[in-house]
Amino acid sequence: MAKYLLLKHYRGAPAPVNNVPMDRWTPEEVSAHIQYMRDFAAKLESTGEFVDAQALAPEGTFVRYDGEGRPPVTDGPFAETKDLIAGWMVIDVDSHERAVELAGELSAAPGAGGEPIHEWLELRPFLSMPPTVTE
Amino acid sequence: MDEALLRSLTPGVLTVLVRRGADFAEAEDAVQDALVEAVRAWPADPPRDPKGWLVTVAWRKFLDAARADTARRRREDQVDEEPPPGPAPDVDDTLQLYFLCAHPSLTPASAVALTLRAVGGLTTRRIAQAYLVPEATMAQRISRAKRTVAGVRFDRPGEVATVLRVLYLVFNEGYSGDVDLAAEAIRLTRQLAARIDHPEVAGLLALMLLHHARRAARTAPDGSLVPLAEQDRGRWDTASIAEGVAVLQAALARDRLGEFQAQAAIAALHADAPRAEETDWVQIVEWYDELARLTDSPVVRLNRAVAVGEADGPRAGLAALAALDDSLPRHTAVAAYLHERDGDLALAARLYAEAAHRAPNLAERDHLTRQAARLNALRAG
Repeated sequence: MAKYLLLKHYRGAPAPVNNVPMDRWTPEEVSAHIQYMRDFAAKLESTGEFVDAQALAPEGTFVRYDGEGRPPVTDGPFAETKDLIAGWMVIDVDSHERAVELAGELSAAPGAGGEPIHEWLELRPFLSMPPTVTE
Repeated sequence: MDEALLRSLTPGVLTVLVRRGADFAEAEDAVQDALVEAVRAWPADPPRDPKGWLVTVAWRKFLDAARADTARRRREDQVDEEPPPGPAPDVDDTLQLYFLCAHPSLTPASAVALTLRAVGGLTTRRIAQAYLVPEATMAQRISRAKRTVAGVRFDRPGEVATVLRVLYLVFNEGYSGDVDLAAEAIRLTRQLAARIDHPEVAGLLALMLLHHARRAARTAPDGSLVPLAEQDRGRWDTASIAEGVAVLQAALARDRLGEFQAQAAIAALHADAPRAEETDWVQIVEWYDELARLTDSPVVRLNRAVAVGEADGPRAGLAALAALDDSLPRHTAVAAYLHERDGDLALAARLYAEAAHRAPNLAERDHLTRQAARLNALRAG
């Protein structure tokens, strides 16, 4: 098994095909989208491939050390040009192919007009622990 | 096995050990061990005297641990030197336990964890599950909390207000999981109310009962939020409401108003309305005025603006809102609601979308997005 991170972006990813902001959908389309996400997570739980899913607030701050005895330096809120992560799902699957398949399925979540959004998701493999058997 | 009984006995067992001279942290560990053993042993062999059984096993665990420890001599001496556990009729040990676990030197998260374990009798694993953190993290949080209160005298009364804040946190942070934290908070507050005659303890209990009564109606089958005005009031728990109102009325009769009683009074007025349109908003605004005097909280003034909008119309609500800092959480959502009622759908839709963007949790974000979508669809259609 290998773990993968599926990253959803508020911005910074290429534009999806069905690019209508959510508040311009009908309430039924919003509900259908939320239900799709819920069903997707439930399905992965039932197949034993779900690890974690979290959503992040759009606000955030960059922070760095500024030397002994000085308060940390902050930068933000994020400028419009910056990449912005909206949330993630962590899955534990048998193969990279399976991870790509699932990311594709999640990207097909319905949006305006009930059509798939074709949203770009970022798929990142976890670095794993060294194996016990090495030869 | 009667887990409720087991857990209700926990504080009493712990205080017996402390009275016999065990220090709090070690006694608390010993009681946890005894609880774990009870869970294993009782189903096959239920004791005739459950509390006596727990005291015996916990005391043995405590002595075993004390002997096993490298500081054994010191501890045994300490136990010998403690004054004999004579009767102390004027001190309620369980009450002291509440004070200790909510001690002001503890952070809120530590006080919550320690209260659930030492007073509530929950295992570390279940507390960790309830707060969605690893068990090792929760174990560390609890043992650090115990070190923090190690020097606190057990026989001095603490502050009721700190205990109430901890119980309110347990009730209000509705994390999901196997542990029903809201029900647990009610149980602990009820137990506290039976031990101390204090109108704010009663006020908090009433507040919890009145809000808990709406629980079944608060979410739709698909998990989405149902606002108060749209809830199916037939699904409210009338027994819980009746108890909450009775507890509140007895507290208010004492004429020592506090913030929890005032909040409970507002909840009671909502509970009293058979339909949302019959809500006595004028009285609710008066209670918000009381609450604002008692707490000076901006959140209270925000909620008051909503109530003013219902009592005196959306323009009055917007005027009340204009006096408040617009960076307050949910300020934008309230503005959206009042502008919709005032008939400005375009502005309301834009504000709902902005409020969704700022929502502090997913359920609220989804709800606010639906509101924006609903108004945009209305305007387009």
